[in-house]
Amino acid sequence: MKKFKPTKKIVFASEKEMPMTPMSLGSMLYNLTGAWRNIKPVIDKAACIQCGICWKYCPDTSIYIEDEFPVIDYDYCKGCGICAEECPSKCIAMVEEEK
Amino acid sequence: MSAETKKKTMKLTLPEEELMSPGHLACQGCGATMAMRYMLKGLGQKTIVCIPACCWAVIDGPFPHSSLGIPIFHCAFEAAASTASGVKAGLEMVGDNETTVLAWAGDGGTFDIGLQALSGAAERNDDIIYVCYDNEAYMNTGIQRSSATPYGAWTTTTPVKHFKNRPKKDIVAIMAAHRIPYIATASVAYPEDLVKKAKKAKETRGTKFLHIWAPCPTGWKSRPEDTVKLARMVVQNGIFPLYEIENGETYKMTIKVAEKKPITDYVRLQGRFRHLKEDDLKVMQDEVDRKWASLQKKLI
Ligand SMILES: Cc1ncc(C[n+]2csc(CCOP(=O)(O)OP(=O)(O)O)c2C)c(N)n1
Ligand code: SF4
Ligand code: SF4
Ligand SMILES: [Mg+2]
Repeated sequence: MKKFKPTKKIVFASEKEMPMTPMSLGSMLYNLTGAWRNIKPVIDKAACIQCGICWKYCPDTSIYIEDEFPVIDYDYCKGCGICAEECPSKCIAMVEEEK
Repeated sequence: MSAETKKKTMKLTLPEEELMSPGHLACQGCGATMAMRYMLKGLGQKTIVCIPACCWAVIDGPFPHSSLGIPIFHCAFEAAASTASGVKAGLEMVGDNETTVLAWAGDGGTFDIGLQALSGAAERNDDIIYVCYDNEAYMNTGIQRSSATPYGAWTTTTPVKHFKNRPKKDIVAIMAAHRIPYIATASVAYPEDLVKKAKKAKETRGTKFLHIWAPCPTGWKSRPEDTVKLARMVVQNGIFPLYEIENGETYKMTIKVAEKKPITDYVRLQGRFRHLKEDDLKVMQDEVDRKWASLQKKLI
């Protein structure tokens, strides 16, 4: 529900540092997939009816809730457009990314 | 009206805990990813997942990173069910009867290469949940036909001139024939229903099988923003009705469809069906109607 905090990528200096059994040591939060985006969702808070449908359908868990409103996490949002498409009050616009 | 003046408490319809974090490697608008997110909302942290070769083996992230907050056992393509059976047996040997063991495979890993292991686990009634997220082809290796690919679809091994001319294999009927305690279909457009089924599967002992509809924009040549729309349409047009089966014989619809829609709008949203003519659509529609009528007879 809260914004995910980006982490550092785990890099082994040599094979000696590697665990004996290949196992997960950290999350994928180092991977800022927001860089994949060409278009980005922008929420018009004034028109938002706080239904949570955008939060519910985001395949990238890139919408969190703050102060009872949805907020886009641009660190990770890939710009798929599902939130804008499913919003019943049509208050999410997909706008071109400036880079 | 300013946002502040109308501020109310948001009522979310799904559990808040997120066991799938962002940063994962799925394509934009991937239905398989949504399926995992909802499934874990239903099962909670005390779960181990066994993942064979499939998109999800990649989505999760490269060693030593993972986008899931639960342990993952990566296994061979054909071995999702037998791996889960083994993990369950191991847990029981060390006195853990609580942890849920989940096998999580694609349609290729379920309908085709993993069918034998799945049938074995189901016949023994091993206490595992087996989920097949169905994107109707071998997507991870570049969109090859599977026995879950529907009639009419283009894939790289069924090019438009030789599009798939056999119907989709009826995996749910195969599983029902094993008379396992719980089988359900689910769609990523109906996450509340999906979470309910995950919880029910968790509470049931024996083999549970969930078949989840998971659109794939990359392989279906559909727009990423249409993923939820497509997953809703298949429920409303009867291509993928949402129901449960208990003990292989008690059928119950969980999402009722007031009026079954024609399949045309659904088909026209996807590039993989672009080559189809009216006659081909008629073949597809007849197959949907036939399956729908046969399901209605089984419902209580
Ligand atoms: C024994 C074996 N044969 C083939 C492969 C190559 N392979 C890896 S994933 C895959 C396709 C998986 O398709 P599916 O199960 O539908 O999952 P999806 O990729 O569509 O999510 C194939 C053929 C393999 N890993 N192991
Ligand atoms: S555009 Fe897609 S990834 Fe971005 S917030 Fe909306 S649903 Fe999530
Ligand atoms: S190919 Fe399809 S199933 Fe695989 S990650 Fe991409 S959208 Fe998801
Ligand atoms: Mg597949």
